[in-house]
Amino acid sequence: MNVLVCVKRVPATGGHIALTADGQDIDTRYLGFTISPHEECAVEEAVRLAETHGGSSTVLTLGPEVATEQLRDAMAIGIDRAILLEAGQGEWDPMATANAIVDAIRSERAAGREYDLLLFGNESADSAGYQVGIRVAEALDLPCVTGIKALDVQDGLASVRRQTESGWETAQVRMPAVLTVKEGINLPRYPSLPGRLKAKKKDIERIQPRPQDAGLEKVRLKLPVMAAHTVEILGSDGDAAPQVVEVLRRLRLV
Amino acid sequence: MVLAFIEHAGAAPTMLSLELLTAARRLAQAMGEPLEAVAIGAAGAAAGILTSYGVSTLHVVEDARLQEYAPEAYARTVVDLVDRLHPSVLMGTGSDRGTEVMAHAAARMAMPLAANCTEIVPGDPFLVTRQRWGGSLLEEARLKGAVKLLTLAPHATTAETDPSRTQAEVRAFSPTLEEKDFRVRVIPQAAADEGKISLAQARVVVGGGRGVGSAQGFQALEELAGLLGGTVGCSRAVTSLGWRPHADQVGQTGTRIAPDLYIACGISGAIQHMVGCRAAKHILAINTDKDAPIVAQADYAVIGDVHAVVQAVTSEVRKLKHS
Repeated sequence: MNVLVCVKRVPATGGHIALTADGQDIDTRYLGFTISPHEECAVEEAVRLAETHGGSSTVLTLGPEVATEQLRDAMAIGIDRAILLEAGQGEWDPMATANAIVDAIRSERAAGREYDLLLFGNESADSAGYQVGIRVAEALDLPCVTGIKALDVQDGLASVRRQTESGWETAQVRMPAVLTVKEGINLPRYPSLPGRLKAKKKDIERIQPRPQDAGLEKVRLKLPVMAAHTVEILGSDGDAAPQVVEVLRRLRLV
Repeated sequence: MVLAFIEHAGAAPTMLSLELLTAARRLAQAMGEPLEAVAIGAAGAAAGILTSYGVSTLHVVEDARLQEYAPEAYARTVVDLVDRLHPSVLMGTGSDRGTEVMAHAAARMAMPLAANCTEIVPGDPFLVTRQRWGGSLLEEARLKGAVKLLTLAPHATTAETDPSRTQAEVRAFSPTLEEKDFRVRVIPQAAADEGKISLAQARVVVGGGRGVGSAQGFQALEELAGLLGGTVGCSRAVTSLGWRPHADQVGQTGTRIAPDLYIACGISGAIQHMVGCRAAKHILAINTDKDAPIVAQADYAVIGDVHAVVQAVTSEVRKLKHS
């Protein structure tokens, strides 16, 4: 069983977000980068599928040269192959991203590499367009289930579960299929040191995607306006307990 | 025309759909165009409600095959209607389903889609403000396409009826559906853990972060939550450490909570976590670090060791209950 997992490099933001002076980007000078959380779980799922059912796992990203860092992170926990769609520094909108991925999958097919499952994150942590996986599925005429939190593969069928506000839903699709994953489907493993060293030496295949106009064109980023806010310090350590209980009483919780 | 794809729970439109109609009506008025809506399934009964939201025509799709949710069939239905009506704008809710149907529709129409918009300014260019990072950051963007496709961010608009209520006309619509449109059918599953207070609906949530120290450390939080009739939540760091199941995670990639009081114990307050507890009416932070981001965003704070504070509060509450 062959699995392709598509990931995105995003900044690991901490307690607050700062913007660059021109408002075009997050100021990432003091930030690390990571694979977007839902996709970290998609990577783990791809590794597990290849471990359980045999076959191979491939990770793909569209991004700048430095995104090879995230491809190596994925290979460090057991992904076999990596593909970088060299998109340079600017941001690609969801439609352009999906088109580039579709082109790449088509050239993989032409080279005899067929995938049983294409895994995506439900949405990226940063731009959160909620659509790349669905667009790829539609373009390749594959069935698609979004937001899955459980996956079982048997006899060419993928059985999935997803969570709603009020409970769970199930669906079953024939593979090949596109699935978009939500965090919680698994607990991603940490890379081992040998895994990291092996990943460092591996080749990364590169594809130059054809440039496209954005249908959703970023003008600027801005921080939401926060209402003025003060915090009441109730005290320190256990001595603050009576004041805490007073708050609970005021809120009618005791 | 502005066309709104609305959803319903039973015979009534969902709250997000009423927010959607409110934003869609304002947009339609600004554009000098009528507002129409499309509902799939037994929504005919809701036409009365929709009238008060300024909908001039409600297109009702009654098809036995659409009783169970099938994303592609729903999307084809919407696209079919767009082909017939040629709206200037098609908008849906930011619910899981609304988003999924709109993304399929956008792909089929080969048009861009702006997800989770908070503001819409019609014209050329057509401008939207949309949420990134779960709403911690906003993006102003130009939306292109012959039909403007967007979803509305949940709870960014307050649902309001239209004082100048017009009579909504209800029209039946039958889409052309193929067998293939039903290759993904989503079947609801009976709830397993009924009786347990759900994180999303709890009045009190006692959340724990890395500062709780261990999986065992959460017992003290469980005890306090139990006394207050609430439930326990946690940060992403805790889930990653394997201390708590992901179902307990509060945040951008976990559950969004809206309790009367959120007691955040040993949680630093990364933006991804704050996205999940933004709707809490009050936040009490218990943290050793008075400079932790969560303290600045809380209403009340106790500076100190989580266990010392939680234990003292628990015994104080218990005394009160026994007195």
